Amino acid sequence: MNPIALLNSLPGALAQGLIWGIMAIGVAITYKILDYADLTVDNSLCTGGAVAAVCIIGGMNPLLALLFAVLAGAIAGLCTGLLHTVLGIPAILSGILTQLALYSVNMHIMGGKSNLTVSRTQYKLLLTSAKVPTAIIVSGIFVVAIVLLLYWFFGTQLGCAIRATGNNEHMARAQGISTNRMKVLGLMISNGLVGLSGGLLAQYQGNSDINMGRGAIVIGLAAVVIGKALLGKRKNFALRLLTTALGAVAYYFILAIVIWAGLSTTDLKLFSAVVVTIFLALPYLRKKWTAHHHAKGGSAVC
Amino acid sequence: MLKLENIRKVFHPGTVNQKIALDGLSLTLNDGDFVTVIGGNGAGKSTLLNTIAGTFPVDQGSISIDGEDITHLSEEKRARFLGRVFQDPMMGTAADMWIEENMALAARRGERRGLKWAISPTDRETFRRLLSELDLGLEDRLSSKVGLLSGGQRQALTLLMAVMKKPKVLLLDEHTAALDPKTAAKVLELSDRFIEEGKLTTLMVTHNMKDAIAHGNRLIMMNAGKIVLDISGEEKKRLTVDDLLHAFTLSTAEEFANDRILLS
Repeated sequence: MNPIALLNSLPGALAQGLIWGIMAIGVAITYKILDYADLTVDNSLCTGGAVAAVCIIGGMNPLLALLFAVLAGAIAGLCTGLLHTVLGIPAILSGILTQLALYSVNMHIMGGKSNLTVSRTQYKLLLTSAKVPTAIIVSGIFVVAIVLLLYWFFGTQLGCAIRATGNNEHMARAQGISTNRMKVLGLMISNGLVGLSGGLLAQYQGNSDINMGRGAIVIGLAAVVIGKALLGKRKNFALRLLTTALGAVAYYFILAIVIWAGLSTTDLKLFSAVVVTIFLALPYLRKKWTAHHHAKGGSAVC
Repeated sequence: MLKLENIRKVFHPGTVNQKIALDGLSLTLNDGDFVTVIGGNGAGKSTLLNTIAGTFPVDQGSISIDGEDITHLSEEKRARFLGRVFQDPMMGTAADMWIEENMALAARRGERRGLKWAISPTDRETFRRLLSELDLGLEDRLSSKVGLLSGGQRQALTLLMAVMKKPKVLLLDEHTAALDPKTAAKVLELSDRFIEEGKLTTLMVTHNMKDAIAHGNRLIMMNAGKIVLDISGEEKKRLTVDDLLHAFTLSTAEEFANDRILLS
């Protein structure tokens, strides 16, 4: 239990948290804005990582490779969206189906290998875990740029139409908004960000792994709920996105601490699930408690 | 002009729950007609409005607005012709979005939505002016979430959103039924004003016979998916609640009689 060891692990946790924070922002778009629990992310993260890795190994500029990672993620989101809107498959199930199919797709992208190394000595990667300070700056720039971009986008006519779709479908359709199209678009943007996160992660850890996204949805949800707990009920949209990313950072700090405290890495997923369960259950239990103790109950708005 | 021809809609066909909601119904609304719709529960009033709005496809018949056939147009594509206010005040607005954002969504009803900023400073001024006409103090709360408003305020806002981009047909589906009497009167008064100012072709479903008589230039009564009474002009002005009750009893009695014949 050497405190220095903990301190040493924190910068790495910060970098990872920021990279995963981009994925968490993607999850926030579906989960909070579209009100759609999208499980595609568990494998679209790897799709982004695999595409970026293959592109870089093929000689592409690592920054340009990220663009293809975004596109690949967006296509995954498109598939989920079409399964849901055109074929009428329930939201959760369409995400699961795409996610399952992506496993095979990801293997093919990586040429049949379950792990593809992107050598940090051979290629000029944007960020690597060997140079953590640079990685923090690069991923930080990405987070801020994405938050600003999304802040702008969700203030546009199109962005507002997506928000209305997630908020009240009846109203959206009565105002002439094609709610199906908005859902597909939202899923594409969300998974595009997840793909970007995967592309950055592959560069950071120096490889793309078939299992790199397993449990991503839980980390994303954890970031969303921790972010909400950090921010409270403030309403600025950009701030909310930013705190989602910071929620991911907080999550990685917590992981660093529990690992330092002696939790085996085998138990990490169990630990994550428990943490997210607690955070998701708290608002519900608190509401039940207040309703029980005050006859009046809470506000109708959540 | 809104024209419905021989519309038939059956819910749950071929099951024990089969329900003929609209039974060969035809209806023509001339421009500027303000029609109140009354009838018992399950008479098909809401189904009629939802049919026009395109919430579900019809089994038979055609619907057209100003000569354009909209029978097979999706709900969102028809929206450019229609302004709608629902019975549930929660249904017509997006609770988590601001008042001005909701209005901006309505201002572009039926238009392409692109990457321009949703609300311009001139929009904001227009919204403020329109809201001040409601006389509910909402003009100072442009960036309040709609979820914070009362049911009456939300319904007034929904009404404003339905008419701010002039609809070819305004559909009011018992839009005051969920409000307290005072608020209901206020929303009804606003409806009258908007309809008169915009000369809006309107269908208003109501449970209140007095309201059905006092408002609009034409009244239809529905029963079992059909129009059983259609009164307009001078005749409507002379109408009393007793007349309506009488007509209502007659139409339902006929149905009972038919049932009795079937059963005997």
